[in-house]
Amino acid sequence: MVAAADSDSTLAGKGGAVTVRAPVPLFRKPSVLPGFGLTLGFTLSYLSCIVLVPLAALIVRSSGLGWSGFWSAVTTPRVLAAFEVSFGLSFAAALTNALFGFLVAWVLVRYDFPGKRLVDALVDLPFALPTAVAGIALSALYAPNGWLGKPLNELFGLKVAFTPLGIAIALTFIGLPFVVRTVQPILQDLPPEEEEAAASLGASRLQTFRSVILPAILPALVTGFALSFARGVGEYGSVIFIAGNMPGLTEILPLLIVIKLEQYDYAGAAAVGTAMLAVSFVMLLILNLLQHWMRSRHAR
Amino acid sequence: MPADASIAAPASIRVQPARAALTEPAWVRVALIAGALLFLALFLLLPLVAVFVEALRRGFGAYWTALIEPDAVAAIQLTLIVAAISVPANLLFGIAASWCVAKFDFRGKNLLITLIDLPFSVSPVISGLIYVLLFGMNGLFGTYLRDMGVQIIFAVPGLVLATIFVTFPFVARELIPLMQEQGSDEEEAALVLGASGWQTFWRVTIPNIKWGLLYGVLLCNARAMGEFGAVSVVSGHIRGETNTMPLHVEILYNEYNFVAAFAVASLLAMLALVTLVVKTALEWRFGDELAASRH
Repeated sequence: MVAAADSDSTLAGKGGAVTVRAPVPLFRKPSVLPGFGLTLGFTLSYLSCIVLVPLAALIVRSSGLGWSGFWSAVTTPRVLAAFEVSFGLSFAAALTNALFGFLVAWVLVRYDFPGKRLVDALVDLPFALPTAVAGIALSALYAPNGWLGKPLNELFGLKVAFTPLGIAIALTFIGLPFVVRTVQPILQDLPPEEEEAAASLGASRLQTFRSVILPAILPALVTGFALSFARGVGEYGSVIFIAGNMPGLTEILPLLIVIKLEQYDYAGAAAVGTAMLAVSFVMLLILNLLQHWMRSRHAR
Repeated sequence: MPADASIAAPASIRVQPARAALTEPAWVRVALIAGALLFLALFLLLPLVAVFVEALRRGFGAYWTALIEPDAVAAIQLTLIVAAISVPANLLFGIAASWCVAKFDFRGKNLLITLIDLPFSVSPVISGLIYVLLFGMNGLFGTYLRDMGVQIIFAVPGLVLATIFVTFPFVARELIPLMQEQGSDEEEAALVLGASGWQTFWRVTIPNIKWGLLYGVLLCNARAMGEFGAVSVVSGHIRGETNTMPLHVEILYNEYNFVAAFAVASLLAMLALVTLVVKTALEWRFGDELAASRH
């Protein structure tokens, strides 16, 4: 506390202190606690070695192709088709998750039923279950002779495994907790007064939901959607078993990178990887801006 | 007494309609609960059940044989080794990062936090790819490493590096909000009373963050043992040598050896279940000590 007060007074400035300090950019506020240099140094070196330098290698490698080489590497029909499959199906899965994730969060927060805590814990299963395990389990379930694949095929003529639908189901499995876990706390902290006010002013339950509850949780829902979407685009393990991996039809981007690596096309793999990161980054940026805009609109 | 009754009566009358307006009709509630449970049963529970049913399809004998077969044992050992290196490495990093981020104010702190979270938004396959580009045969340091006789890609070091990358943020992102919330008053008090920096850390900070630390390590370990995409790219899939459990599952499955694939997968599923149970227990028991521990 003493240190904090000290630093505040020097920063807030009482005449002389500021005129001396101002030209020197203050890197950090002084503190009595030790270990700043050691921990920051270790953090930065570890971060650089594990994350920053290797990621830079990806950019460097794909820039070695030159702009035209890069462009032609990422616009072959096969790569474009994989982009469509990965981003399109991730979008569909994230949309499904936004709907059902919201439903699950709503039911967990608002209603009481036996086994609720167990169900709440189960929601995190996709975080904990290794993706390869999820992949072979889903693939066995939805295979033409599987528990779900067989009835779906016989009753509705619906093929799931080895079709785009199968990929969407795997991505839905993977992304569900993102939506539930972002919406749940917001829903929990929603002040009941607003709903009471709406109800006492004569709004029906549906009206209250549409114009009081939904606007308040929409930013969280969009965040959950974005997280689920981003996870889906990069997902590999749970998808490749159920996908069938037919080029142009059910081949996802991460698999295409693996195939290019297996053919020792390092530059091509790096180019696809860079393009994938760039597109995800831009989409997340757009979603963040959208969210920011919604927050500022809802804030009173 | 009569005064009390006159107050109570109108209140109970007033509460009833208000409550009805604040919730849904019973049939809507039942329908929503049923819908949510049905969705979760179909999408989450059924795959989990399928793993164990498929694993035991040929009986317990076949299940056991698949687990004690040498390649499976080698895969289990390798998975344990990789986790035993990468989890402590990220634990150390997590503590260092959260100490400097939570206890000090400095420029670029938010950028640092964003960078720490970066590996979560990178596809697992790209996480493996970047190390192949650095250390692979055609990679930046490829020829240098070959001359030195050091192999990283298609060997254990590559597996460890890729695993460290994908589990990088787990401990740090658990500890940073927790330590930020706790502030540094207690540490400052300890220092003023004459404790050394290390004493303060071990006797004040660690007891305060131990459950959050365990929580982060638990999630980090689950991901480290279960990682597939990143490890798959750097492994080379050499049976009995560079195959971790998830990779062994893939090979067995692609060979149509379903019982063995699901047997090894069931071990990983059990790991996931244990992780969920311990995680839930920590949340119930020490929820207030786990800061913003939601994902």
